Amino acid sequence: MIPGSGSVSSAGRHPALVLGILGVAAVLALLSSVMLGSVALTPNDVIVALLGGGSDLARILVLELRLPRSLAAFATGGLLAIAGALMQVLLRNPLADPYVLGISGGAAVGALLAMISGLGLTWVSGSAFAGALLSTLIVFGLAHGTGSWTPTRLLLTGVVVAAGWGAVITSLLAVRPSPELPGMLYWLMGDLTHARGNTLPWLTLALIIGLTLPLGRSLNVLARGPLQAAVLGVAVRRLEWTVYLLAAVVTAVAVTTAGTIGFVGLIVPHMLRLVIGNDQRLLLPASALAGGILLTLADTLARTIIAPEQLPVGVITAMLGVPVFLYLLYRSRT
Amino acid sequence: MSSTLLTLSDLVIDIPGREPGMALNFSVQSGQCWGLLGPNGAGKTTLLHTLAGLRPARSGRVLLNSKPLGQLSRRTIAQHLGLLFQDHHDGFPATVLETALIGRHPFLRAWNMETPQDHELARLALQRMDLQHLSERQVQTLSGGERQRLALATLLTQNPPLWLLDEPTNHLDLHHQITVLDLVRGEVASRRRSAILALHDLNLAATYCTHLVLMYPDGGMCWGSTSEIFHAEALERLFQQRLAVIDTPYGPWVRPVPGG
Repeated sequence: MIPGSGSVSSAGRHPALVLGILGVAAVLALLSSVMLGSVALTPNDVIVALLGGGSDLARILVLELRLPRSLAAFATGGLLAIAGALMQVLLRNPLADPYVLGISGGAAVGALLAMISGLGLTWVSGSAFAGALLSTLIVFGLAHGTGSWTPTRLLLTGVVVAAGWGAVITSLLAVRPSPELPGMLYWLMGDLTHARGNTLPWLTLALIIGLTLPLGRSLNVLARGPLQAAVLGVAVRRLEWTVYLLAAVVTAVAVTTAGTIGFVGLIVPHMLRLVIGNDQRLLLPASALAGGILLTLADTLARTIIAPEQLPVGVITAMLGVPVFLYLLYRSRT
Repeated sequence: MSSTLLTLSDLVIDIPGREPGMALNFSVQSGQCWGLLGPNGAGKTTLLHTLAGLRPARSGRVLLNSKPLGQLSRRTIAQHLGLLFQDHHDGFPATVLETALIGRHPFLRAWNMETPQDHELARLALQRMDLQHLSERQVQTLSGGERQRLALATLLTQNPPLWLLDEPTNHLDLHHQITVLDLVRGEVASRRRSAILALHDLNLAATYCTHLVLMYPDGGMCWGSTSEIFHAEALERLFQQRLAVIDTPYGPWVRPVPGG
């Protein structure tokens, strides 16, 4: 019996309530992340600054420094959680996550190559997507190819591919002039200090939710295995390719925004599944919200815990994610 | 008035690494129940999967309502035939009711949620499979037999005209074996459905099937009505096992001879 599964159906039966609670929590998480920092602000300060009033300092802190970063954290977290949830359905394995499987690493290499070649932001995103897709093809192709893949084989493929990408990133960074280096390390351990441009991640987040909702029931059936899904009327090959592509796009955008942040895609869908069940029509939008909340809070912690120094947020998510991963791996033996 | 649901036309199933077997040529009419008999590895599952369009045939065609299977979408196929698998995979948590309810998938559009009628169909199916008291249970907690009945309940919720059943009595106790086969026979007879069943129990096959296909390990095939096909010599050759036939008030009863 899965811990907490007694409440699965009851919470899952009230999707509006679940999304409502997560929505309120999302607003509170964003508000607290804007309030906290070297200069603490009250909720009132934040609201006044948002409306264009208050002191110059408060307006700069809220509108130029903290809010854009918090929004970037939120969108990135939502994207990573959805990418994780999608990959878990594809592989029918709760251990799948874009970081663990090396998809994020591929995207980071793509982005880094475009950046080093001096190409513009569009090219960086496109190149990140190409890297994510290549990595997806390698991992899923090798783990799925002969038909009889096991979780061990999948994870080994992913971990080895991730290690390979890590080495490529390190070597790319090693040949860069050292003054640029501190700002580029986030490709290895995700960091939101350099997050810029909120349009792309938010647009992608909105699009992915809109695109996956009508696929939700088909994904529910696919979670029962490809043969069962085919017999129940799902065009399995087409659906799988659609989801591969969507997961790669989403990962690429998350990585272009904040580097390779790990484990959000692993923790969030897993925790949600315990409470609301595995109906993708609820799980995917709920993952977007909960992933956003998690990364917003993790980033707030990352920039306040050893202030004035900042930790990369990837350190925080790894500290949460590694125990969850090990626990899931331990349980999957039984 | 019976109609043809499925036609096998020069169909040779594809078992990798094996010489092509004999071509199958027959039609399955509504009201008929076909039993597939043969030793392990003779290709019963492969044949059922080929008929469901899950794997290509080596040659020949399968016609579903006189249209080639390959020209139909998975959704259309799923509205006309359902397949009960030998194994069931539950990778993620789900309740018994949710699992039965996925049988409605072929009839719902992308944006549709399941209606109260869909829930009612799933509940009725669970009831017919003696599972109504478990509808909120997690599938992972079910016993083998309960899980098998749940798979049948999903098929009942889908309720297609043609049922393909791969060892439907697997894991079931004696009483539930009979319940399930009675139900299949009842649906086939009264609602003009058809069923194709892979079975291991010769006596159940003789009792419940109107037609039989004998599948030999060398690729040989032999089919016809049960009365034509069900003979001790043919079955002995099929299973390489000596059999004794005993007459009972319910018809002939076959049992293996120990050491034979």
